[in-house]
Amino acid sequence: MRTIESDDIVKSVKELCKEANYHLPLDVKKALYQAIEDEDSELSKETLKVLKENAEIASNTLSPICQDTGMACIFIELGQEVHIEGNLKEAIFEGVRQGYEEGYLRKSIVNDPVFDRINTKDNTPAIINYDVVPGDELKITVAPKGFGSENMCQVKMLKPSDGIQGIKDFVLKVVNDAGPNACPPMVIGVGIGGNFDRVALLSKKAMMREIGTHHVDPRYATLEKELLEIINKTGIGPAGYGGKTTALSLNIETYPTHIAGMPVAVSICCHVARHKEVVL
Amino acid sequence: MIHLTTPFDEKKAKSLKAGDSVLLSGIIYTGRDAAHKRLVEMVNENKELPFDVNNQIIYFVGPTPAKPGAVFGSGGPTTSGRMDAYSPTMLSLGMRGMIGKGYRNQEVKEAIQKYKGVYFGAIGGAGAYIGKCIESCEVIAFDDLGPEAIRKLVVKDLPLTVIIDSQGNDLYEIGRKNYLEGETQ
Repeated sequence: MRTIESDDIVKSVKELCKEANYHLPLDVKKALYQAIEDEDSELSKETLKVLKENAEIASNTLSPICQDTGMACIFIELGQEVHIEGNLKEAIFEGVRQGYEEGYLRKSIVNDPVFDRINTKDNTPAIINYDVVPGDELKITVAPKGFGSENMCQVKMLKPSDGIQGIKDFVLKVVNDAGPNACPPMVIGVGIGGNFDRVALLSKKAMMREIGTHHVDPRYATLEKELLEIINKTGIGPAGYGGKTTALSLNIETYPTHIAGMPVAVSICCHVARHKEVVL
Repeated sequence: MIHLTTPFDEKKAKSLKAGDSVLLSGIIYTGRDAAHKRLVEMVNENKELPFDVNNQIIYFVGPTPAKPGAVFGSGGPTTSGRMDAYSPTMLSLGMRGMIGKGYRNQEVKEAIQKYKGVYFGAIGGAGAYIGKCIESCEVIAFDDLGPEAIRKLVVKDLPLTVIIDSQGNDLYEIGRKNYLEGETQ
């Protein structure tokens, strides 16, 4: 049994909140730079160059890349041989509180979804997903998610007979619905399988998977490429002004499912696909 | 590149076309979901608005807090569609333009044509870049709304693109169509 102090968790989450909001991940940067080379419409090229410059300003001045510093989504992989001294959930919330305050990040959470809608003023509560895994380490991933793109995510319970075409049609529909609202170029995660709630989580994990990596099953890897191609033929383009770079990447994550179903979820993120992790 | 100064009138608005690149300078006002809800409630109750909207521009944004010594934090556009329920009322009061990102509904497009307004797009996600164009910032109403409070900004050369012009042309449709036609030629 290894003991991890909750104070160390507070500090880690605090730093991750700030870092994730200031620095664009390397894989996204690379994809963005490549898109500037590839894009041939002038307005789109210029738009992408602004996004590049924006990321540089943010990183150099330790300012948020985007003003929507998001709802703090936290992914925990807790080794089953770890003992947490203190309250894990409270430590995470405290880290979010401190990170958003000290980092001059926007507090965007309201206390009640329908009636009160009063800003909690410290960006808590966060959304925490827990996984218990073998080992004696604690992995914390902080992925702040803005709601311009979050509002454009969708889940559909497809029928097995809908097949690959059904998946393609649905993904394309979600991207077209999102259009300029989701601040293209988008980073897209598609979840397939599991059940209603699991498929949404799969899509989020797919969205966070490193750009340029592919599904281990070559059939899904091919589907990733085909879907990205279809999406980049819509002409939506950077900022929706028309162009070939509608999405920088599309990753798929899958899980076994029920004989009667084929759930599909599409998570859309803007180019500010923030996530930062640490292992304690 | 068109250099534009606020406020501006109907005649100026009519000269702008979807797809035009604009550098905007002068005073603009911020407002998003909760502020719009309150503004329209005030209109319905015949109350005086916290600022004269005539010929003015509203920027749909909720910025991050400014760091010590800075006038503004990061502040890119939020999704405009959520303001669709309120924008026709604001246009009918003489508001000249809006800055945001994303689709607008048919009612807003019709109101833009009817009242000779303009809908500008700022680049979504470019919050730090846009923040550099803001020279001063002052909360003038609804302080309790935090990031959603109404702010009076002075901007210098804020880079924008005309999305919907006073004729009802929509860059989101035109840009996509032009790109796809270019691809098939």
